[in-house]
Amino acid sequence: MEALLAAVIGVLYGAGVYLMQRRNMVKFLIGLALLSHGANLLIFTAGGLTRGAPPLIPEHAGTPTSPHADPLPQALILTAIVISFAVLAFALVLFLRAYQTTGTDDLNDLRSTDT
Amino acid sequence: MMLAAPIVLPLALAAAMLLSLRAVRLHRILAIFGTTLLTVLSIRLLLDVRTGGVVAVQMGNWPAPFGITLAADLFSAIMVVLSSLTGFAVVLFSVFAPEMRRESHGYHPLVMILLMGVNGAFLTGDAFNLYVCFEIMLMASFVLLALGGERPQIEGGVKYVALNFFSSALFLAAAGLLYGAVGTLNMADLSVKVAAAEDKRLLTAISLLFLAAFGIKAAVFPLFFWLPASYHTPAPAVSALFAGLLTKVGVYSMIRFFTLIFPLEPDFTQPLVQWIAALTMVTGVLGAAAQHEFRRILSFHIISQIGYMVLGLGLFTPLGLAGSVFYILHHIIVKTNLFLIAGVVLYARGTGELSELGGLYRSRPFLSLLFLIPAMSLAGLPPLSGFFAKLALLVAGLRVQAWALVAAALAVSLLTLFSMTKIWGEAFWKAEPDPSKNHAPPPHPALMTPIALLAGVTLVIGFFAGPLLELSLEAAEQLLNPSEYLNAVLGQKP
Repeated sequence: MEALLAAVIGVLYGAGVYLMQRRNMVKFLIGLALLSHGANLLIFTAGGLTRGAPPLIPEHAGTPTSPHADPLPQALILTAIVISFAVLAFALVLFLRAYQTTGTDDLNDLRSTDT
Repeated sequence: MMLAAPIVLPLALAAAMLLSLRAVRLHRILAIFGTTLLTVLSIRLLLDVRTGGVVAVQMGNWPAPFGITLAADLFSAIMVVLSSLTGFAVVLFSVFAPEMRRESHGYHPLVMILLMGVNGAFLTGDAFNLYVCFEIMLMASFVLLALGGERPQIEGGVKYVALNFFSSALFLAAAGLLYGAVGTLNMADLSVKVAAAEDKRLLTAISLLFLAAFGIKAAVFPLFFWLPASYHTPAPAVSALFAGLLTKVGVYSMIRFFTLIFPLEPDFTQPLVQWIAALTMVTGVLGAAAQHEFRRILSFHIISQIGYMVLGLGLFTPLGLAGSVFYILHHIIVKTNLFLIAGVVLYARGTGELSELGGLYRSRPFLSLLFLIPAMSLAGLPPLSGFFAKLALLVAGLRVQAWALVAAALAVSLLTLFSMTKIWGEAFWKAEPDPSKNHAPPPHPALMTPIALLAGVTLVIGFFAGPLLELSLEAAEQLLNPSEYLNAVLGQKP
């Protein structure tokens, strides 16, 4: 499972970076979304995959019986998903506005504030 | 509970403001009183930390590695005082700035949320919460940057959002990998476990990911291109707030991570950080020398000054780190002030292009005097604050015989002086090229209050450089010997 997820993460990162280099606003945003999904899966995998062992405490026991899945990576990912969703939503609106103001979706043309 | 106040208070203020979104006058009153209270509370926190040592609080009373930790050592406490003071000055400025349109679109609540994120980043004791605070701060800054919706703002905003989104993804991935490698994200716990790890190679690789992520946010050498493209575009008060605080959060995190969790390795990361610092200083100031617009020059200067702060980290001696702390202390005040002055010039003349400015010394002598104080301080002229900050760094560099770094720092100082005199000569000294073109109404005289206040603080930092340098040294000692921090966070609380 780790190997498969590692490959998926690699593909997500590769596709994300490739799309971000396409100089097109929409592709750039899709690239960013893929990249943040890659990062989430990376946390999930790096945190350790445990199959079929929910971190539940059985009755009459004070602590969960090992082996159990680590709940923390999922909590982290949940937070990260919420944040990246918000940032992505804002970025979409901003890029739409940029398209309306500048009349282009080519990032190479956004040069007026460069030096 | 003193410790959570710098985070909870801005949150409460922002919530109160969002409940009364159209009552701009109420926002102003809340913002001014709130930031005053925030400054008082944070100074109190600094005094507490100075007398009583590192303070730590476990949220919800979960013991340290499991719960969410807030911790303040001297460095964090100093940073919180600075951010509150900057917040106060900027709020005061924006109340009198002629931009009602922005204020009625939630300007004040956003500033409060930004302050909450910044203070949270300074006070958190947990790597993942640092990420969350970064994001809170960035979301607020994204909206503040775009507020107003003019074309340069949108274009600058696109670059700013894109680069920061990318660096957040890097940060998140690094945090995940770190959790996978050592099984904790509490900074104090990380410090213990990373030091105990046998194979450091993976951890070094992770530390470089963090370096890249913080490097983008702090705008160090190869990663700074978003900054001069975006910082000169928003409303003057907003860019002053950004210039004062946002990059410093990146520098702060860098110093925190590379002293507490991954102490610099003398044969690999230390030379790397030194190179980054030197190149940041040089490229930043060369960029500034090539510019002819008030706020663009200042934006490039931020980059070159970040180099000085990182230089202190790269030297990795108590005096070097003290130099960094003192430099940040001086720079936040000075840079915010310079951007506010640039804002007044922009309001008074309707442009920031140096070729179209002129004659300000004749028409606004008080403003010119107030410009000279931070400008000369930035260039490092004695007896102003920047002189002592640079002196500390130079002495630290000489002690470890880093001749090339010292030479670079000195040369950059000279070039800074050169570009500050360029602004002085073009905008203030020379005659106004075409007075008939200026139709801008004279700005509100009260705009000078925060500028005079910050200039006064600069003078105070210069005159009390001795005690403040001592404070920075204490902070640096705490950073280099984290045992007190570890005890405060991991030790049993009574």
